[in-house]
Amino acid sequence: MRAGKKRLLSGNEAVAYAAREAGFHLGTGYPGTPSTEILETFSAIGGKAQWAPNEKVALEVAIGVAYGNGRALVTMKHVGLNVAADPLFSAAYTGVSGGLVLAVADDPGMASSQNEQDTRRYAIAAGVPVLEPSDSQEAYDFLFRAVELSETFGTPVILRLTTRVSHSKGIVELKPAALRPRSPCFQRDIPSRVLIPAYARQAHRRLRQRLSRIAEWNENGNLNPIWEGKSDLGIIASGVAALHAREAVPEARLLKLGMCYPFPIRTVRDFVASVRRCVVIEEGDPVIQELCLIHGLSVEEKAEEDRFGELNVSRVRRIVNGDRSPQTPVPAGRPPQLCPGCPHRTVFESLRDLECIVAGDIGCYTLGVLPPFEAMDSCTCMGASIGVGLGLRHVLPPDQARRVVSVIGDSTFVHSGLTGIVEMMYNPPPTGHVVLILDNQTTAMTGLQDHPATGKTLNGEPTHQLSLEEVCRAIGVEDVTVFESRAGQKDEFRELLRSKLAQAKPCVLIVRRECLLAAKRRKQMSQTTHQEDATCQANE
Amino acid sequence: MPSERVTNIVVAGIGGQGVLRATDIVAEAAFLAGYDVKKTEVHGMSQRGGSVVSDVRFGSRILSPMVPEGEADFLVVLEPTQEEPNRHRLKPDGTVIGCDRIDVTSLPNPRTLNVALLGLLSRHLNIAVEAWHEAVGRCFPSHLYSVNVDAFELGRQAADMAS
Repeated sequence: MRAGKKRLLSGNEAVAYAAREAGFHLGTGYPGTPSTEILETFSAIGGKAQWAPNEKVALEVAIGVAYGNGRALVTMKHVGLNVAADPLFSAAYTGVSGGLVLAVADDPGMASSQNEQDTRRYAIAAGVPVLEPSDSQEAYDFLFRAVELSETFGTPVILRLTTRVSHSKGIVELKPAALRPRSPCFQRDIPSRVLIPAYARQAHRRLRQRLSRIAEWNENGNLNPIWEGKSDLGIIASGVAALHAREAVPEARLLKLGMCYPFPIRTVRDFVASVRRCVVIEEGDPVIQELCLIHGLSVEEKAEEDRFGELNVSRVRRIVNGDRSPQTPVPAGRPPQLCPGCPHRTVFESLRDLECIVAGDIGCYTLGVLPPFEAMDSCTCMGASIGVGLGLRHVLPPDQARRVVSVIGDSTFVHSGLTGIVEMMYNPPPTGHVVLILDNQTTAMTGLQDHPATGKTLNGEPTHQLSLEEVCRAIGVEDVTVFESRAGQKDEFRELLRSKLAQAKPCVLIVRRECLLAAKRRKQMSQTTHQEDATCQANE
Repeated sequence: MPSERVTNIVVAGIGGQGVLRATDIVAEAAFLAGYDVKKTEVHGMSQRGGSVVSDVRFGSRILSPMVPEGEADFLVVLEPTQEEPNRHRLKPDGTVIGCDRIDVTSLPNPRTLNVALLGLLSRHLNIAVEAWHEAVGRCFPSHLYSVNVDAFELGRQAADMAS
């Protein structure tokens, strides 16, 4: 076989390269660490990629592409799948024509997330296969396998990445698998695609039948190799944990599950029978362990402690050796902070000085919880600031209720803040409410991505710009104020906020100033372009 | 032919110092030199002025992308406060390559400290200088190439002065 070109790529980049070679018609998603670079790379190397307002919309668009016989990639972080869960469960029932792959990146250890949920739980709950690459090469190879699987069985497929797979680089041989090209076309299939109860009952049966056929495929699909070793100790492992395990205990026999669901029971049963002692090494929830135990296979149960955080070579050694002694705590590094001069700083100083009760949200501004501000009282999930703030306003005694403020960023607002504003106008609390939209004109936390309110697409092309103030007014908020923030306006902003808190009616206050990092990048890019223009001209 | 042994390097600093760029360059250089290589990092929130640590490993075959606890051959430190919290990564006879070894005022640009420290590091590694230069070229836009190669060479010379 012809050798492919080799490149050093991150797991995310490898997925993007494979998506291009596999002829994906569209990549869509919402930025979320550690998944963001997949679509950025896909776009940079010539793929058609776009940011959606949120993960649910992204998946719905991708489902449409796949209903239309096209190939669609949809990317998100693990918690994004909560938002996209509704269409996922239904797409598992309806099935798809073209390939539909969800690249979902989990964050064990919560390097940049609010929880450690395990995407494999969704795969099992929705009834879709899940593949777990362990490094960049597998991230590349498994995307082709995912498309093959998706199109062979007409099912959505989840590619479960983790922080260490997405953000580690390794050598990738770019050797694309042969896939039949697909030509988008519409074929009517009402009983499969229209989930009225009469059709959905049949669809549910079809889904379970499909899963048993996929389980059979998985017994022979070469995704679950055995790495030979002595039979004294057997290890069943998945994802990057398999590599940690091989390094920690190179003499053990290791079954590497590339696809743990639908569970390849015969493969696993034979493996367990071939070793004297069997340990499951997996990051996140004990998913493989539970699948083994329900099938009556005798594997050692993992300690509660091993649910938490990332695994690594040392932790695997401890697990294998049954060492339950307390682990030496790792010295704490310097915590992140709002950038010097960040426009959010003025806002959080005022919230602190006015002793506000702050329902916060997800973004850079969540750092307002740390000293010297300590001006955030809750951060739950994307968009929750508005609903939580309203709930507090409804229930707290008036003197406290009047101090409640919801704080949300521009990208987060577009993601899932709009329905919160609808709720505020539909069921206004007696004391009114104050929603602060911190509009820094970018998705800063995940690395400065555009979104519908920046008026630019993923690849920087101009498009319709959603106006935050107009959409709030259209929903019915009478008092919408835009504060164009500049340095040294601390007092002015605090007095404005004080006056908004004093009036007992729902209002939206948009604090607008471009993120410093975005401004810096914009200037650098225009300089680079000028310099490269100059270089090109010099060469001509 | 690259050796069997795995070389483990940890680079530590704070957001904005070019920690991730530094391990990108090491990884590219090792890749160009014919080694198997992996590098890993955690970014996202950590980039907002917090601690940033990145691992790179090369040898004949690399499994885990993370340098195991206490197995780093080299700890490259871009910011003095980040040395102590990361010492536990180093093996007992491992080498610290600290920013005090470089006179920042002698650099073409203070932001090239990360690359200057790689110049120092390069003296300890079996990777040809040409591979380093090409790696620098691959990791920076063209107009930043020469300033970074100058910083790299300055670091290599600083190694001579110390020895």
